[in-house]
Amino acid sequence: MAVEPAAATEPAGTHRPAPGARPQPGREAPPMDLAALITDPGSRIIVCCGAGGVGKTTTSAALGLAAAEAGRRVVVLTIDPARRLAQSLGLEELDNEPRRIDVPGAAGELHAMMLDMKRTFDDIVVAHSTPERAQQILDNPFYQSLSSSFAGTQEYMAMEKLGQLRAADTWDLIVVDTPPSRSALDFLDAPNRMSRFLDGTMIRLLTAPSRAGLKFVSAGFLVFSRIISKVLGGQLLRDISAFVSALDTMFGGFRERANATYELLHRPGTSFVVVATPEPDALREASFFVDRLSTEGLPLAGLVLNRTHPPATTVLSATRAEGAAEEVVEAGGEGAELAAAALRVHAERMTLAAREQHLADRFTSAHPDVAVRTVHAAAGDVHDLEGLREMAGELTGPDDTPTGIPRTRVLPVRRR
Amino acid sequence: MSAARLHVVTGKGGTGKTTVAAALALALAADGRTVLLVETEGRQGIAQLFDTPPLPYEERRVAVTRGHGEVRALAIDVEEALLEYLDMFYNLRRAGRALRKMGAIDFATAIAPGLRDVLLTGKIKEAVTRREKGRPVYDAVVVDAPPTGRITRFLGVTAEMAQLARSGPIRTQSDGVMAVLRSPQTAVHVVTLLEDMPVQETADAIAELSAASLPIGSVIVNMATEPALPETDLRRAAEGGLTGADLAAALGTVHLPGTDGLAAALAAQVVEHAQRWAAQDELRDDVEALGRPVVELPLMPGPMDVGCLFELAGRLEEHLRAEVAA
Repeated sequence: MAVEPAAATEPAGTHRPAPGARPQPGREAPPMDLAALITDPGSRIIVCCGAGGVGKTTTSAALGLAAAEAGRRVVVLTIDPARRLAQSLGLEELDNEPRRIDVPGAAGELHAMMLDMKRTFDDIVVAHSTPERAQQILDNPFYQSLSSSFAGTQEYMAMEKLGQLRAADTWDLIVVDTPPSRSALDFLDAPNRMSRFLDGTMIRLLTAPSRAGLKFVSAGFLVFSRIISKVLGGQLLRDISAFVSALDTMFGGFRERANATYELLHRPGTSFVVVATPEPDALREASFFVDRLSTEGLPLAGLVLNRTHPPATTVLSATRAEGAAEEVVEAGGEGAELAAAALRVHAERMTLAAREQHLADRFTSAHPDVAVRTVHAAAGDVHDLEGLREMAGELTGPDDTPTGIPRTRVLPVRRR
Repeated sequence: MSAARLHVVTGKGGTGKTTVAAALALALAADGRTVLLVETEGRQGIAQLFDTPPLPYEERRVAVTRGHGEVRALAIDVEEALLEYLDMFYNLRRAGRALRKMGAIDFATAIAPGLRDVLLTGKIKEAVTRREKGRPVYDAVVVDAPPTGRITRFLGVTAEMAQLARSGPIRTQSDGVMAVLRSPQTAVHVVTLLEDMPVQETADAIAELSAASLPIGSVIVNMATEPALPETDLRRAAEGGLTGADLAAALGTVHLPGTDGLAAALAAQVVEHAQRWAAQDELRDDVEALGRPVVELPLMPGPMDVGCLFELAGRLEEHLRAEVAA
């Protein structure tokens, strides 16, 4: 992988587009120096966030690989890798522990693990109660449902696992791929929602209204518990009740743990990388997430704009290419049809790139300080180490490209 | 596909399942039929597509089709569905409202993750079986369902609830829903793109759905593109056997800037185009191998609007007719 020393040592913000491509004031996104981020010894956690299907897992794996090749001891925590990628990384066994991935010639080490949320939850239960109590909890049907399908368990357990990996202090760098939820914000919200739920008064009231000893209990609450038992059946209430009493020793612990990990995200050494594709929905998601990070004071490294389609040349506009295609056919001769087809392919490509650039510009107008790195859509999907290496090169290579389109953009800035 | 009255549309995120569900609803509503299009994920994607204000929890007409057909849309709100349910079975609507203020409804749907899906599928079943004056109110119901990763769990409510609610009305209700979902009046369609991961997820979803005895409909390949080159050139380019030299002579007949570098750059783009096309063609074989009826919908240039939806609906109508004939 080409991690250019120059790119690695230059602080973010010093790359400027080539002369001739002068930025329009206030519109140009700053470049993102991921090479510096992954090699900086002070950088300990990188969290990759974004809407589902934008390539978070691949981005996480590629960053992990680049860091390992740059000599760091890295672990990538993935949540739900595509099967072929997982297989090629030797991750087909889901054992909830990091495994070393053989990267020939790497100066550092690459480890990867796939989160098993139920197992992570079980481990917390076992670690925090006596063996009999733990068994009671693990056997409880309500716990089984909570630990395998409660909305938010995956996010909560991803945070928990991140906390454990960080506490072990075995790795220089932890790259986290966030769960494939509908909204990128779920990763930040879910752990809190879950601990609120487990610690909540509602669950206490429901299971032991007499102990709570509150006045309003008698009024509305009996109706509530009557409805719950009517709707869900009495057995569920008994299961919850048994679960809560068995879990009593751990209560409070949940919220503390969630809070501690959440604090970790605020510490220096953590950065967020937001991943999006050049599509309206994905960029809207990215926009929400960027706003949220800034509200919470969480450090954002920048936006990875994945699967862009920069053209191989920009000397010919879409309109001009369309016109030239007609002229070539009119002129006739050998290879005219083929050349015309090539010109049409180019016209389509320019139109697509213009649309992508337009979407990227809209994002930058709303978030002018957010650094951007575009990643060219490969002809195929990434599913082996070689493909990852190529993507790592796109992520961490120098900002300038042979085609003259800086890696902050899909098309060069229009000359005036 | 058209023996079914309940059409459940799923697909990996980003494959355009909301668009396909909307187009399918339009196709089914042609010639004077009435179709309900149901949104389950609270995203208001249907309202966006039909360019209407956000949908309330109420069946609203969003489009009229030829021969006085119409599509109504409904965005199911889980809380409202629970209240409606309490009202229907227990006369508890007022108590329900008070509970909502306490946050108790939110809590109830949170402690039993399956409850949410039971309420959604219960509402869908109600719409499918609703009758007025001796005939069904809806000729068809189309559901913009959760993505492939969650579809089997969403539709497999009984299995989920059997674990939690071993008795009680929810259990009875979910058994009734399963009876409809597993019957031939239901078809689960999977939307995919000709890309590795969506095709893989489509295969996984079909395997899971069959294992759960849920009836599978068609595979809908969305955003399909046409190659820009003739077959032979395409194959040569895909193998990397096309260079700037192949284009230079013909390009030389017209005045273009920087012809040398230009020819090479154009050739590189053609090679990429051809390679993507070859990869898609391979995936097309994988899709055929799934053994389900397949229909391809073209990639629509520009933003999606109602006009585009009708165009896609036209393609789906042809597919529906072919399915009936077969």
